[in-house]
Amino acid sequence: MREALARLWDHDLAWSFRRSPVTVAAAAIAFICVAGAVGAPWIAPYNPYDAASLSLENAFLPPAWAEGGRLAHPLGTDDQGRDVLSTILYGARISLGVGLAAVLFALVLGVTAGLVAGYVGGRTDAILMRIADVQLSFPAILIALLIDGVARIALPDDRHGEIAIPVLILSIGISGWVQYARTVRGSTLVERNKEYVQAARVIGRHPLAIMLHHVLPNVMGPVLVIATIHIATAIITEATLSFLGVGVPPTQPSLGTLIRVGNDFLFSGEWWITVFPGVALVTLVLSVNLLGDWLRDALNPKLR
Amino acid sequence: MSAPLLEVRGLRVEFPTRRGTLVAVDGVSFAIAPGEVLGVVGESGAGKSLTGLAIIGLLEPPGRIAAGEVRLEGERIDNLRGEALRRIRGRRIGVIFQDPLTSLNPLYTIGRQLTETILTHLPVSASEARERAIGLLRDVGIPAPEVRIDHYPHQFSGGMRQRVVIALALCAEPRLVIADEPTTALDVSIQAQIIQLLKRLARERGTAVMLITHDMGVIAETADRVAVMYAGRIVEIGPVREVIHAPRHPYTAGLMGSIPKIRAGGARRRERLVQIEGAMPRLTAIPPGCAFNPRCPKRLDRCLVERPVPVASGANEVACWLYG
Amino acid sequence: MASALLRLEEVGRDFDVSRPWLNRVLEGLPRQILRAVDGVSFEVRRGETLALVGESGCGKSTVARLIVGLYEPSRGRIEFDGVVLTDPRRRAEVRRVRRRMQMIFQDPYASLNPRWRVREVIAEPLRVLGLAASKSEIEARVAELLRQVGLAPEDAEKYPHEFSGGQRQRISIARALAGRPDFLVCDEPTSALDVSVQAQILNLMTELQDRLRLTYLFISHNLAVVSHIADRIGVMYLGRIVELADAGRLFSNPRHPYTRMLLDAVPDLEMSGKPRTPVAGEVPNPLAPPSGCAFHPRCPHAAERCRRERPMLREAGDTRVACHAVEEGRI
Repeated sequence: MREALARLWDHDLAWSFRRSPVTVAAAAIAFICVAGAVGAPWIAPYNPYDAASLSLENAFLPPAWAEGGRLAHPLGTDDQGRDVLSTILYGARISLGVGLAAVLFALVLGVTAGLVAGYVGGRTDAILMRIADVQLSFPAILIALLIDGVARIALPDDRHGEIAIPVLILSIGISGWVQYARTVRGSTLVERNKEYVQAARVIGRHPLAIMLHHVLPNVMGPVLVIATIHIATAIITEATLSFLGVGVPPTQPSLGTLIRVGNDFLFSGEWWITVFPGVALVTLVLSVNLLGDWLRDALNPKLR
Repeated sequence: MSAPLLEVRGLRVEFPTRRGTLVAVDGVSFAIAPGEVLGVVGESGAGKSLTGLAIIGLLEPPGRIAAGEVRLEGERIDNLRGEALRRIRGRRIGVIFQDPLTSLNPLYTIGRQLTETILTHLPVSASEARERAIGLLRDVGIPAPEVRIDHYPHQFSGGMRQRVVIALALCAEPRLVIADEPTTALDVSIQAQIIQLLKRLARERGTAVMLITHDMGVIAETADRVAVMYAGRIVEIGPVREVIHAPRHPYTAGLMGSIPKIRAGGARRRERLVQIEGAMPRLTAIPPGCAFNPRCPKRLDRCLVERPVPVASGANEVACWLYG
Repeated sequence: MASALLRLEEVGRDFDVSRPWLNRVLEGLPRQILRAVDGVSFEVRRGETLALVGESGCGKSTVARLIVGLYEPSRGRIEFDGVVLTDPRRRAEVRRVRRRMQMIFQDPYASLNPRWRVREVIAEPLRVLGLAASKSEIEARVAELLRQVGLAPEDAEKYPHEFSGGQRQRISIARALAGRPDFLVCDEPTSALDVSVQAQILNLMTELQDRLRLTYLFISHNLAVVSHIADRIGVMYLGRIVELADAGRLFSNPRHPYTRMLLDAVPDLEMSGKPRTPVAGEVPNPLAPPSGCAFHPRCPHAAERCRRERPMLREAGDTRVACHAVEEGRI
């Protein structure tokens, strides 16, 4: 165990990580964001969804340091008297959850398509890649709006709240798979012609086994980089959709929803309701992006 | 022997890495006379290409010359930078690399690449430069040079492209040409043509050639003298005939024995090739004393601790304790 | 004379190297077919080493890949130990005999999966072909194979990048031997290696051949290597065999003008100062091969018939040559 840790510490990746203060800082901030989001039910001072604990008397309290603020609500409260810090923590939980799930969905879809297209080639490849081309000509948000619209029409009104999050994950995921598919297809074309794959074919392994055991592990490097950066993009897309009102319902607000709700009060002086979720969103996205950039550079032998 | 055209003394090339400094070329000294072809031979990782790159100042950072000096016609060139270095490269030292495809710019006609190089280095007019370029192409054996000069690199075959690269290296009439594996990417039949060409040009023009290759056959065909490199050091240097027929250093002897040879008729099959056990050490683990000692069949106790200094043995110079 | 283990009859393989369909339609280009291998016939006898030599693009590697089944032949038939490999009706039987042939590749840096331990690399054929039942059996067999190729059983736990090129090639050989094949197709197994390491691998391959009674098809561009290891040699030019002879004969008395040219081009290590005929020209574009005998534009003996008619591989004394000049007794 100790030896394994030492090996990890000595790994080139770990070394390049240690040497970049920006990356270390980004990782620390990202870790705090994730820990805060995951641990929201235990960390957050209040449960903002517990209607019983809300009272309108506490509405529109400014942050603790401003005049009229209270230490009990360090970042103030919103129009319904919910603690802003707590809503941010709970919101980040939803944002991160949706982001990660969407990325995972896109990754599985894209990697599978890319692997099959690259390995099988021929007509399968042509069809899959044309679908990807068509898909790319629609902006992500349009696709999300489309899926959301269809889901709304197809399902009865009272179930919209339930399906909002799955629909969101599906739409963000679908709009992101092409990038994975293209990258994986490219790497697969290279790996497929390498001699270790031919050796496996001569042994008589099934194509599926070759794809999974030989090709897949060797094309995953770039995928991890894309996935990291995609997490940031997915969180932003989710926020955008929620801001536009087609995303997460206000009963279970994500960071985007919080920003939208707070936006109504921005000009009446209650700036904190929208600014703090905004700052949280920017911090989260920026730190994840910086991590992704570092990972890309560290895994790219040309830049080393 | 006339005054050397190129003199390298105690050249040391280092690569600082996170795990300490790697010494890729270590205490390399040799000289090349005008009109002479010096072969530098060694297996991959022996430091032969880096020696060539260090001489022309093309080491990729973080690689650097850590010690020693390089003199071209008596003038130090290892400490030159920027413009001064560029003027030497091309004008006084021509370079030929292994892959003809990457040595030529695919976007320009070969004529443009040739005349531009000529105009950069020689005081001639544009039309004279073109004339010269056509003459060079004819010299390197390209048929119909008046037509071919306006073609793009991709319109040439591999062998023809390497001829163009040679013309490009020669176009400013350099005194020295450094050729790094010029025939490795080519088929045998083309390789023979290129070897003949290099040899003829060196003789006709009195150009000195530093021929870097892993192929002893190419050296035997082309070089006057040969330096054998191992783990960043020269282990033996001498006239090519001596080195090939009477190698002194155990590594050279092993190398020569390990090359399969064609002997017409007779059952030479199943005859075991001489083999040197093991492999060349990685730069991170060069043994102390003589770098060859772990693989050497004639190892002495001394070889484990003391690094051999080059001594004369007949016409050769050998870095081996068996001789000094 | 030993019986034939492998027999190729008029085997050919085309590759479609056309531009994508849309480009073809828009730019009005025709389909382009590359005849990589055309009308190749030969047999490999039990226990011998047959080498195929030729310059890049002559189709020798394609022949290797056709034999092990990495490519399907476009024409002709391949027969291994009496079983026609190209017969779709005898699938099961073909599968069974295919296990008896394995391949060693050129590039030791690409032929091992970089993310697998050596143990997994060598055990793969054992598992897939069901040759070892238990874990301990696999482990024992991997250790035995490693020892057989001159590596230590402890090396099984390492990753390929921890080995030098020569050691990796040994691992490749161990993997090829894992399925207990009797026929090995070796595609330029030493051309990516340094000479001193090449000698180790060639010696190892000769030893293994004697010990395990292997039959080799050895693909190489290096005539010296081939002269060292082969019993018989086929010389290929632009997808066809132009000469097929015993190794001794080929080097002492080459018949085809191309073989002569190749031999002349080999650098002379002995420095005997033998006179050399300068080699003329280069291999033509395989997409537009010359008419008649593909070698005629470079051949000093070319006549009108060579430009018109393609020569067939015919017995000429104790060798087989595809050359009109030889057939007509002009050379």
